[in-house]
Amino acid sequence: MTITSWLEHAIADAESRQLAALRPLLEALSSSTAILRGADWNLDAADPADHSDADAR
Amino acid sequence: MPADTRTIAELSHDLRSSRLRARDIVEQCLERIAARNASINAFITVRADEARHEADDADREIAAGRWRGPLHGIPVSLKDIIDQRGVPTTAASRVRGGHVAANDATVVARLRHAGAVLIGKTNLHEFAFGTTNEDSAYGAVQHPLDASRSPGGSSGGSAASVLDGMACASVGTDTGGSIRIPAAACGLVGLKPGLGEVPTDGVVPLSATMDHIGPICRSVADAGFVYGALRGQANPAPIAPAVVRGMRLGIPRAYFLSLLDDEVAAGFERACTRLAQAGVIFDDVAVPHAREIAPVYLHLVLPEAAAYHAHTLEERSGDYTPNVRIRLEMGRYILAEDYVRAMQGRAVLTAEVEAALHGRDGLLLPSLAVPATTLGEPTVRIGGADEPVRNITLRLTQLFNITGHPAIAVPCGATRAGLPISLQLVGHQHRTVDLLAAASALEPYAGSGASM
Repeated sequence: MTITSWLEHAIADAESRQLAALRPLLEALSSSTAILRGADWNLDAADPADHSDADAR
Repeated sequence: MPADTRTIAELSHDLRSSRLRARDIVEQCLERIAARNASINAFITVRADEARHEADDADREIAAGRWRGPLHGIPVSLKDIIDQRGVPTTAASRVRGGHVAANDATVVARLRHAGAVLIGKTNLHEFAFGTTNEDSAYGAVQHPLDASRSPGGSSGGSAASVLDGMACASVGTDTGGSIRIPAAACGLVGLKPGLGEVPTDGVVPLSATMDHIGPICRSVADAGFVYGALRGQANPAPIAPAVVRGMRLGIPRAYFLSLLDDEVAAGFERACTRLAQAGVIFDDVAVPHAREIAPVYLHLVLPEAAAYHAHTLEERSGDYTPNVRIRLEMGRYILAEDYVRAMQGRAVLTAEVEAALHGRDGLLLPSLAVPATTLGEPTVRIGGADEPVRNITLRLTQLFNITGHPAIAVPCGATRAGLPISLQLVGHQHRTVDLLAAASALEPYAGSGASM
């Protein structure tokens, strides 16, 4: 799941649960997740030597 | 009545030689609690009568020649997420209403074995999930030196109790810095032992893989005594200070010293100058993935906390404070694949800290990037920007919860306004006693702690 898609789903779910206050926290978390996914320790199944690219996910 | 600032080492010496009674120490702490707890709010539960009985028992045993060790007859407070048989464990939450612990946590049983007088349970950030104690069903804890400020958290009531003379030591927990942050904010010594060294059974979890238990004290020697008791030694040997001259310490300047309050930065550099003059050999070290520390921490602590609280969040969400509830809910949205990425990052960061320690006795950095923060302020101005209090207070400590290395906060002076500044010494895995020995050696050169 891309970060963009994850964020959309998470915000929609939070709002359906009357947790609108979660929105800014989830948005901040998505930035943190992007850094995590962009870290050079992540491997790619197509090429284990290739590092991850947050924008491509 | 001023706060009694004597150390356990001093009090214990006088207790053993019958120049002092445990009952007198306990009465002094109880007087302090009676006079000050209504405003400082350090304690949730005070065990006045039970503490008197325990002190009398200690006095009888010592008089009969059955001195157990340095904690015998010493009043110790417990962060109120640690189970003590027959006493509520509130975790500073309405969620725990009506709870009474059926058994002692292992650490409590060990403190009893060492003869400690358990004087009461201290206030905290609800479920230890924050760094200011403002989100507590029992109200915020005030800093004993400045009522407008937080003593730091989440073990804030513990630190306040020791600084204010309501207890001689406290036992807290540290998942991202919750022992070291309040110790630093209050000018005390706070030890986070190595991961897994002190058993966590009977302690309400925050993050099952990053929770640590340790002491908040008035000196490194005292931290050694309480650490020994928590490890199961009723009569631990005093920690012999290491040799300062020739001690090799690495300073991770990038990231860790890049965003500091000006007075904290100056205080840390002054301490380093004094230590260098005493013979410490410094060099710079790097943690190459420091930028990823906070993301790794978040993607570990949030889902681990959410897993523990998920059922209660469904059934009794209104019993949490709003801020803690919403942060716990956030953890329920983290994907398993991102938790795995964080676990992989944990291994990388652990290896980097190991590499930074290689050939050195420890790492040295500040404990807390800012002095004690102002209650009610969600951000603090630093480096020309407003940083969330939570982020800036965890910034220098959370790495060592991820990696599990032992770390200790030691006072190193104060700001012009009298707020404490603290340095953090990080040691090798499985060598916490060596860390204590190094900290004990550096303590006289670091700078003074807080005084009431």
